[in-house]
Amino acid sequence: MNAHVELRPGAYADSVTLLLVSRVVQGVDGVAAAQVAMATPLNVEVLTEMGFTVPPDATPNDLVVAIRLADGGSLADALAGVDRALRDANRRTTDAAVVAPHRTTATALRELDDGLVLVSVPGASALVEAMDALDAGRDVMIFSDNVPLDQELALKRTAADRGLLVMGPDCGTAVVDGLGLGFANTVRPGPVGIVAASGTGCQQLLALLDRAGVGVTSALGVGGRDLSTDVRGSSTREALRRLDTDPAVELIVVVSKPPAPDVADGIRAYAATLGTPVEFALLGAGQPDLTAATETVLTRLGREVPQWPVSGRVEPATTGRFLRGLFVGGTLCDEAMLVAAETLGPVRSNIPLLPELALGPDLTAAAHTMVDFGDDALTAGRAHPMIDPTLRLEHLARAAGDDDTAVVLLDLVLGHGAEPDPAALLAPAIVDIRQPVVIAVVGTEADPQGLDRQVQALVEAGAEVHLSNAGATRRAIELMEGVR
Amino acid sequence: MSAVPTGVVNVGADLFADAVEAQATSVTRVDWRPPMPRTEADLAAVAADPLRRDANNRALAAMLGVTAQLVDVVPAAEALGLAPGQFLHAGPPITWDRASGPLRGALMGGAALEGLVDDPEDAAALFESGNGVSLEPCHHHATVGPMAGVVTSSMWMFVLEDPATGRRTHCSLNEGLGKVLRYGAYSPDVLVRLRWMRDVLGPLLQRAVRTVRDGAGPVDVTGIVTQMLQMGDEAHNRNRAGTLMLLRDLSPAMVTSGLDAADVAESLRFIGGNDHFFLNLAMPACKLALDAARDIDGSTMVVAMARNGTDFGIQVAGTGDEWFTGPAQVADGLYLGDYGPDDANPDIGDSAITETAGIGGFAMATAPAIVRLVGGSVPDALATTRRMHEITLGENPRWTVPVLEFQGVPSGIDVTRVCRTGILPQINTGMAGRVAGVGQVGAGLVNPPAEIFPMALARLAERARARA
Repeated sequence: MNAHVELRPGAYADSVTLLLVSRVVQGVDGVAAAQVAMATPLNVEVLTEMGFTVPPDATPNDLVVAIRLADGGSLADALAGVDRALRDANRRTTDAAVVAPHRTTATALRELDDGLVLVSVPGASALVEAMDALDAGRDVMIFSDNVPLDQELALKRTAADRGLLVMGPDCGTAVVDGLGLGFANTVRPGPVGIVAASGTGCQQLLALLDRAGVGVTSALGVGGRDLSTDVRGSSTREALRRLDTDPAVELIVVVSKPPAPDVADGIRAYAATLGTPVEFALLGAGQPDLTAATETVLTRLGREVPQWPVSGRVEPATTGRFLRGLFVGGTLCDEAMLVAAETLGPVRSNIPLLPELALGPDLTAAAHTMVDFGDDALTAGRAHPMIDPTLRLEHLARAAGDDDTAVVLLDLVLGHGAEPDPAALLAPAIVDIRQPVVIAVVGTEADPQGLDRQVQALVEAGAEVHLSNAGATRRAIELMEGVR
Repeated sequence: MSAVPTGVVNVGADLFADAVEAQATSVTRVDWRPPMPRTEADLAAVAADPLRRDANNRALAAMLGVTAQLVDVVPAAEALGLAPGQFLHAGPPITWDRASGPLRGALMGGAALEGLVDDPEDAAALFESGNGVSLEPCHHHATVGPMAGVVTSSMWMFVLEDPATGRRTHCSLNEGLGKVLRYGAYSPDVLVRLRWMRDVLGPLLQRAVRTVRDGAGPVDVTGIVTQMLQMGDEAHNRNRAGTLMLLRDLSPAMVTSGLDAADVAESLRFIGGNDHFFLNLAMPACKLALDAARDIDGSTMVVAMARNGTDFGIQVAGTGDEWFTGPAQVADGLYLGDYGPDDANPDIGDSAITETAGIGGFAMATAPAIVRLVGGSVPDALATTRRMHEITLGENPRWTVPVLEFQGVPSGIDVTRVCRTGILPQINTGMAGRVAGVGQVGAGLVNPPAEIFPMALARLAERARARA
């Protein structure tokens, strides 16, 4: 029998190390069985059952090396394997433990005494992360869309109980004391505070005010549904309350898509109780557009209303019948439809002003159309078009190839979070379009992309570029006069 | 408004974190990943439950507020009112027909110990018939048992008490390693040892524990756990320092007990030679703490994890006494002698109560020696404890880990965070042989079956919706 048993007095290793060593030695070529262990009574029993004879004078302080060789196995190789395994078992690992990042908002917040939370996980998981923020006493901005209404209500109820602010869900833009969150433009500090139920509507205001030389202290988003009959302006009230207590804010502007009338009345009544004057820019039929609202703000502040810039010039349409608007900004799309409907009549859309104007899933119709590519239905499982322009570019090519298309109206939104050079992606797509292309570029010169550089690239590609979205829309309508 | 935010936690798209950093503001990025499949709606319902936050705060505080004192050692008949035919076992409820080899072996040995049969082999028929015998979980009797966890009426039990409330928990005396009843062995030497424990060790410990209790005051079990965590024990698979500290506290009273000197010497040798002797005090101390958190409506904190060798079960503070069970897993580890994975029984024992309370596998960082159970490294041990902080509600200010700058151990497993992160509790465990009578075959690391956490979550969500 090729059994070898040796005692190594005074050689100690803990039992776990020795189990590991035994396992390694069992894997050495030519070894049929092996056990390396301290000679405790239990181990001696185990070794005996394995068929080894342990010397009777072994004590628990002795290391036993027991090896049974297979036919042709070499004892020297096996013992070398034992020594190697014992040495390796005590080898120090030099690579330091990398501290893994936190997996939940709650655990990440443990290390931060202050600061807010920005949530952009898929909508089905947004409440859970946002609730972590509220549980830790922090404000939260929820960029995520596709958050169920009852979950929005639960979050806002909780926040209201605790005096916290929920910006969102579906909040694209916020500026909190100068810090831009989500898709935010870089603006100077100043006397205006904004409460926005609309991300790109807020960005239009930021861009126009910046052009007029007026700064913004904070722009607090509240989510597109905040002024609905369900949510009833819960976050709008908290945002108003906060801006009212900020001594830097001289005038508050509330920007929203058309709110529920009774909710708007309630907010107006609340605003009347504040010490800071509140101006309402509520989009809707017969209401001032965002540019007109901005002009009112400037006038109330005693500032001069500038000429809103236009770069490039396109010729009027000569073919086609319809205006095609392709937007990344939902509020910009809304505003363009409201402006266009006054002159052109019904506009079909995936976010229609009236339900009967809804577009089918192919997003096309033999009519004036305006599509919001940032709508929830088009971003489920896909990045927002300000990040991933693919879908809009596809539809742009389709619109340009449609003989019915008379004029193409686009928006381009700059700021933090948006594409680093969106004009570079859009310009090649418009350069060959034979129809006139009008683009509203919403941004500031201090934005990471640089407003001028973006405008220049689009003008060079043949487009006419406006800073005012309402202005761009009116110009597009004017270009259609010859074909209507 | 407050001043400019000093920091932002970003969960979701990295580009928003990049944009904040570009504005010279620090960002903590959460490594968010989708939760366990089909848990989104239940997670939202539970997160939105108005009771949850306060309920979890109360549950954690209740657990952390308990201290355990060793106040007595008495037979189970006296402590729990067990009759000779009543058997307690580890884990969630189970019947003989579904019992695994080691549980059957331990029950057979227990039946012989109680004199219900002369030969343990005859006990199988007894349990099959069910005549005059009953099986119940230890957990249903303020008790925990390691491995098979079989408790019979004549076994001596440690009695731990919470001095603030007088609540008590119990655990049998540890038999040592290898061929022992709790690993399913029932050979004559196993029964000889159990009878010696019944006739010699138990009475001696009773006398010593009562002398200490009535003199300097009861042994502070929670305090010993505090110290052993600083001495390389994690109090589940390594109890060396704890055992020696217990011996330090009890040995003077054992020596002066007036009992036969040879018996005292044998008992001291037995305890000192059994590195796991203290496990049977750490476990009931953990149960005493966790029981304080039971029945708190809205709380998502796990109050028990236990295995019977067939099923792994958890109980949750906000769902009463309901067990959520799934198949127990086989540990990944190292084997004694010639044993291999085919010889190992699935996970068994109430000892996962230690992990439930934040020690054992959760305190791996403080016991780097045993990370080699899975061929791991010291950095693995640190990473394991850090990872467990991601699924727990807080830290234990008493039980700390020196190498992690004395950070408290991760405490209060949150069902929702397990479902959110997919991180399963890490348990250190011994492995019993699959076949009744074999005993221990190895030791290693194991996790609960993942599906029991979404099951518990679904019940929590159902209760939250019913309240809404």
